[in-house]
Amino acid sequence: MKQKESTVNTREAPTGLALRVYNWQKSLKTLTPYLMFFGVFLWIATYYLFVEGWELPRFNKLPGPVEVITEWINPDPDWGISLFSPIYYEHIIVSCRRILIAFTIATCVGVPLGLFMGWSKTFRDYTFPILEVLRPIPILAWVPLAILMFSGFETPVIYLATLASLFVTTLNTLLGVDSIDEEYFRAAKCLGSKPYHVFWHIVVPGSLPFIFTGLQISVGVAWFSLVAAEMVSGEFGLGYMIMDSYMNITYVTMVIGMLTLGFVGWVSSALVRFAGNRMMQWRVRALALEGR
Amino acid sequence: MSDQNKPVGAISIRNVTKIYDPDGVNVMAVDDCSLEIAAGEVCMIVGPSGCGKTTLLNAIAGFHSITAGEIYLDDQLLCGPSKPKAEQGADRMVVFQHGALFPWKTLGENVAYGPIVQGVMTKAEAHEKAEYMLAEAGIGDVAHKYPGEVSSGMARRSEIVRALINDPKVLLLDEPYRAMDALTKSIMHESLLEVYDKTKVTIFFITHDLEEAIFLGDRVVVMTTRPATLKKTVDVSIPRPRDYQTLTTEEFRVLVEETKEAVHEEAKKAFDAGERELA
Repeated sequence: MKQKESTVNTREAPTGLALRVYNWQKSLKTLTPYLMFFGVFLWIATYYLFVEGWELPRFNKLPGPVEVITEWINPDPDWGISLFSPIYYEHIIVSCRRILIAFTIATCVGVPLGLFMGWSKTFRDYTFPILEVLRPIPILAWVPLAILMFSGFETPVIYLATLASLFVTTLNTLLGVDSIDEEYFRAAKCLGSKPYHVFWHIVVPGSLPFIFTGLQISVGVAWFSLVAAEMVSGEFGLGYMIMDSYMNITYVTMVIGMLTLGFVGWVSSALVRFAGNRMMQWRVRALALEGR
Repeated sequence: MSDQNKPVGAISIRNVTKIYDPDGVNVMAVDDCSLEIAAGEVCMIVGPSGCGKTTLLNAIAGFHSITAGEIYLDDQLLCGPSKPKAEQGADRMVVFQHGALFPWKTLGENVAYGPIVQGVMTKAEAHEKAEYMLAEAGIGDVAHKYPGEVSSGMARRSEIVRALINDPKVLLLDEPYRAMDALTKSIMHESLLEVYDKTKVTIFFITHDLEEAIFLGDRVVVMTTRPATLKKTVDVSIPRPRDYQTLTTEEFRVLVEETKEAVHEEAKKAFDAGERELA
């Protein structure tokens, strides 16, 4: 028995960085990375053929991938914006800063709001109808109101992104509290918890999975409404850059702006996911054992 | 805290009735049920699905109110006409059907939770005691793991430890081993008996499994189908300590036979009635 054990598993289970390297090496042995690579390649190839290869009607007015990438990495851009122009980063930074502010406010307000709504029946009875009426109003319908309420460019734009993000976060947090099994509350009471113990030890951790799902959606929604708002008013930011390039018929820059948005949005979701996994080790580990 | 000399944890259920009214239709779950459980007794409750066993447990634990009757714990009124719902407290610990270890806390943190929130121990003391008790139960080396990472048997065992660390007068178990395979179950039984022999805590144990009931219990109470009343009480005189060899004795077999008939009759009635189970 002992001998067998030593041949089967003598290694310590990897942790930290070693675990990451191990998982990364393992994933190279699966099809996933190759399929992902192939998928991206296929998409770019199709894009190329439609626009620059076959020059299909409706596609032939668009800038093709070769044109876009050449411009993107051009140290001396034909249309003014590339990886080498400071203004490009200024647009990105302005948008990211707005998102950061909006997302932070929305999370700091939305999560506690949702938790209290889920936790206290009375509080929910007061607030739920308001949430449900305000939530379906499309964010663009808030634009005039935002401009009326706030002066300048910055505050209305942030206000709109915050609002959109807030509704998503609040609702998901509320659903998160609802999702907690009644038996956990009973067990907690049984073990002698006071209401604030129940709040901190059951309501908060129990709704985290839903909260983080909500935050991932909400950061996406924040980008969506930010760009919409930047297109309507603003003098910097990726949305403005896209709209401005469109107005000035610099379509290549417009596409660069769109793709940049895609990347930045992806990174922001990944950051939220990363934070979620850090805070929910219990879930990550249990899921890992199920092979996910 | 339990007094070493005088056993505590006697439960007296007197003429308890519980009527639910989902959608305005009255459903009688328990009808005029009386049951005396002595301090330190292992009382096994057997009956068809949805007969109202859990209703009784919920009333003792303070999860639900009762409609009529009284329940006493050591001559103290838990619930009665003056207060239909008992207060929940750490003197009556519940172990749930599906397991209710907090998945976001490690086993050690789960066990230490009770004493910490009750304020009877500091964090350090509670964790030390939790680790000690988990080690006693033979699961000390997984104390730092989350419930999602260990087997259902280990999780269930830690849940019982989480209950016992509070030094309860009564342990209320609601089909805790329902979803387990027979082999794991028998190990769980032995470990529960071991715990019982050490603590002599009163145990109120709901089950569908007759052999489990007779193997563990001092007394097996068979309930009728809804509305639940007592149908039959079987005293189990098999001496303790018991182990798995008890299962093959003649005495054990006779007791199973005796109980089976009563249970089967009620199960048939419940099946024919075809009502949905109530919690």
